[in-house]
Amino acid sequence: MASEKVLMRGSDVVGEAAVRAGCRYYFGYPITPQNELPEYLSKRIVELGGTFIQGESEIASINMVLGASAAGGRVMTSSSSPGIALKQEGISYMAGMELPAVVVNMMRGGPGLGNIAPSAADYFQATRGGGNGDYRTPVLAPTGCQELVEMTFLAFDLADKYRTPVMLLGDGLMGQVMEPVVFPDPLDPDSLPKKDWILDGCEGREPRTIFSMYLGQQGELYQHNLRLQEKYDRITENEKRWETIQTDDADIVIVAYGTAARIAESAMEELRSEGSAVGIFRPITLWPFPLPALRDVATKAKKVAVFELSLGQMVEDVILSVGERAEIYFYGIPGGLIPTPADVVEFIHSAVRGDEKVGRRIEV
Amino acid sequence: MSTQVAYKQVFGWPESLKKNPTHYCPGCGHSIAHRLVAECLDELGIREKTIGVPPVGCAVLAYNYFNFDMVEAPHGRAMAVATGIKRVHPDKFVLTYQGDGDLAAIGTAETIHAGNRGERISAIFINNAIYGMTGGQMAPTTVLGQEATTAPGGRDPRLHGSPIDISRMLAVCDGVVYAERCSLTSVKNIRKAKKAIMKSFRCQLDDLGFSIVELLSPCPTNWKMPPKDAWAWINNEMVKTYPLGVIKDITGYEEAK
Ligand SMILES: Cc1ncc(C[n+]2csc(CCOP(=O)(O)OP(=O)(O)O)c2C)c(N)n1
Ligand code: SF4
Repeated sequence: MASEKVLMRGSDVVGEAAVRAGCRYYFGYPITPQNELPEYLSKRIVELGGTFIQGESEIASINMVLGASAAGGRVMTSSSSPGIALKQEGISYMAGMELPAVVVNMMRGGPGLGNIAPSAADYFQATRGGGNGDYRTPVLAPTGCQELVEMTFLAFDLADKYRTPVMLLGDGLMGQVMEPVVFPDPLDPDSLPKKDWILDGCEGREPRTIFSMYLGQQGELYQHNLRLQEKYDRITENEKRWETIQTDDADIVIVAYGTAARIAESAMEELRSEGSAVGIFRPITLWPFPLPALRDVATKAKKVAVFELSLGQMVEDVILSVGERAEIYFYGIPGGLIPTPADVVEFIHSAVRGDEKVGRRIEV
Repeated sequence: MSTQVAYKQVFGWPESLKKNPTHYCPGCGHSIAHRLVAECLDELGIREKTIGVPPVGCAVLAYNYFNFDMVEAPHGRAMAVATGIKRVHPDKFVLTYQGDGDLAAIGTAETIHAGNRGERISAIFINNAIYGMTGGQMAPTTVLGQEATTAPGGRDPRLHGSPIDISRMLAVCDGVVYAERCSLTSVKNIRKAKKAIMKSFRCQLDDLGFSIVELLSPCPTNWKMPPKDAWAWINNEMVKTYPLGVIKDITGYEEAK
C-alpha cells in the first residue's frame, strides 16, 4: 500500500525513496548541502539490515559502490559538486564495466570549494561525462519532492535495465525544501529481477570477471566501445523525458530544469496574469536531452528563453536542439545567489522586447 | 606379469589457477605468489566462494590466471572495492592482491581505512620496491639508495622521503588482527609465506578482522638484475628496510609446531 501523505525534506525523501526502491547499500562521504541524506540512511538502511558506510573519501566511497554493484547489490552514493568531481574515476570505471548504481549530486556553487548555495553549474560534468573515456551517464533532474520520489525509483530501474551508473541531479535548495509526498509500496530487494552477471563465488558455474581494460590487439576495446555506444543509442531512443507547461499557445518558451524551473514557473504565472503567452519546457532527463521535443516546441513558439543557475551550460544543448528555428535568449545566475521569479520576469520582458537589458541573445 | 603401483600425486596444477600461461617476466615473484594463493584456496576448499580484486600494476590481468570470480579495481582502490563486495556477501571469501604502488601510494587511504574498519578481507601485498608495470619508476617502498627511472641518483630521503612501511602502519589499527612479512626468495621462505597466507585466510573465515601478508618479491626486469641476483638483493639488502617476520598477531591461533 502506498504511504499516507507525509511532510518531508527533499534529502530525506530521496533516502526513503531509495530504501523503498530496494536499495540496501549506501557508501558516501559528508559534504554540505546533502548531509541530511546520509544521516537519514545511516539509520534507515541499517534498520532494514543493509549497509551504511561513511567512507574515508568520495573516491573510496564510489569504489565501495563499484564493489557492491559487482556483487549484485542495489547500491547508491551521494555527494555535492566537489565530491562528485572525486567520484568521476569510479563513475568512468563503472560505465566501462557496465555496473549499475545511483549517484546523487546535490549541486553547490563552484569552481573549487565555491559555496554551499544552490547552483546548477555541474551540468557539463554530469552530462558530458566528468571522467575519462567515451561514455554517457543518464542524468535525471527532478523538481519538487514528489518527483524526487519518482526519479529515485526510476534511477534505480534505469541503472539496472541498462547496467550503467545513473545520476540524480538536484541542488541544495531541493534537498532542504519540505513538501508533502506519497511513497509507493516498498520493494523487497529479493523480488528484484535476478542478475546473471554478478560476482558471488563461482559455485556450480564458470568463474566470472568484470573489468574495463581491453588490451587485445584485435580491436577488443574498439568493439567494447561500439557496444557501449549501441546501448547509449538505445537509451537516447527510449528514455528522453520532459515536461511542457502551457506551451500550446506560447510565443515564448522558458527552458529550465530543476530549481530554475521552479522559479520559472512562478514567473510564468505572473507573466500569464499580465497577458503574456509564456510557456515552459522542462527537460527531466538532461542526458539523453529531449532534443526533438524541444525542437518542435521552439519551432512553434519562435522564441525560447533559457534560464539557468549557471553562466550557460544547458544552453549548449538548447542551441543543438533549436538551431535557427527560433530566437534563443539566455539568462544565467552563477552559484551563490538564489534568483527570484521577479528576475525571470524581467528577463522575459527583455527577451520579448529583444533588448538584452536582462540576459542576452544567443547568435547561432 | 604386471605389478600394480599406487601413485600418490604430490604436485599438480591448483584448481584455483586457470591453465593460462602468465605474462610475468622470468624470475618475477608474482607467479610464485599466484601459486601460493591458489594452493591455499584449494586446500581450504573455498575457491567457489572466493571473490578476488586484482590491482592496477603488473598483476592487473590476474583474473586471467586465477580461477575464481574477480573484479577489476581502479589503481589503488582494491580495498574499497573489496569492502563493497564483502558487505554484500559477508559469507563469501574476499581477497585483494596488490602491488606497492597500488596499496601503499595511490591507495594508502583505502588501505589504512579498510584495515582500521577491520574489514573481513585478506590482503596479499606484493612489495617489489618498484613500479613494475609502468617501467621502473620509484615506488613508495623503494629503499634508500635504490635507483629508479624517476630517482636516477638513487632514493634520497631529503628529496624523496624514506621508504614507507605500510604493514607496520596497518598494525597500529585495531581492526588489523594479523600482519606478517615474508619473502619469495627460497624454498624455505616460500613455504613460510604460504603458511602466512593460510593464516590470513583463516582470519577471514573465522571472522576475526583484517589481515595482510606482505611478500618481498623480485622484479628482475626493473631492478636490472638476473633473477638469482634479485633473490640475493632481497636477502641481503631489502630485508634491512623490511625485516621478515610477524608484525602483528592478535589471532590467538596456536602455532602448529
Ligand atoms: C589513476 C592511475 N594512475 C596511474 C596509473 C599508471 N600505473 C599503472 S600501474 C602503476 C604502478 C604499478 O606499480 P605497483 O603497484 O608497485 O605494481 P607492480 O607493477 O610493481 O606489480 C601505475 C603508476 C594508472 N593506471 N591509473
Ligand atoms: S616488470 Fe617486474 S613485477 Fe612486472 S612482471 Fe616483470 S618482473 Fe614481474
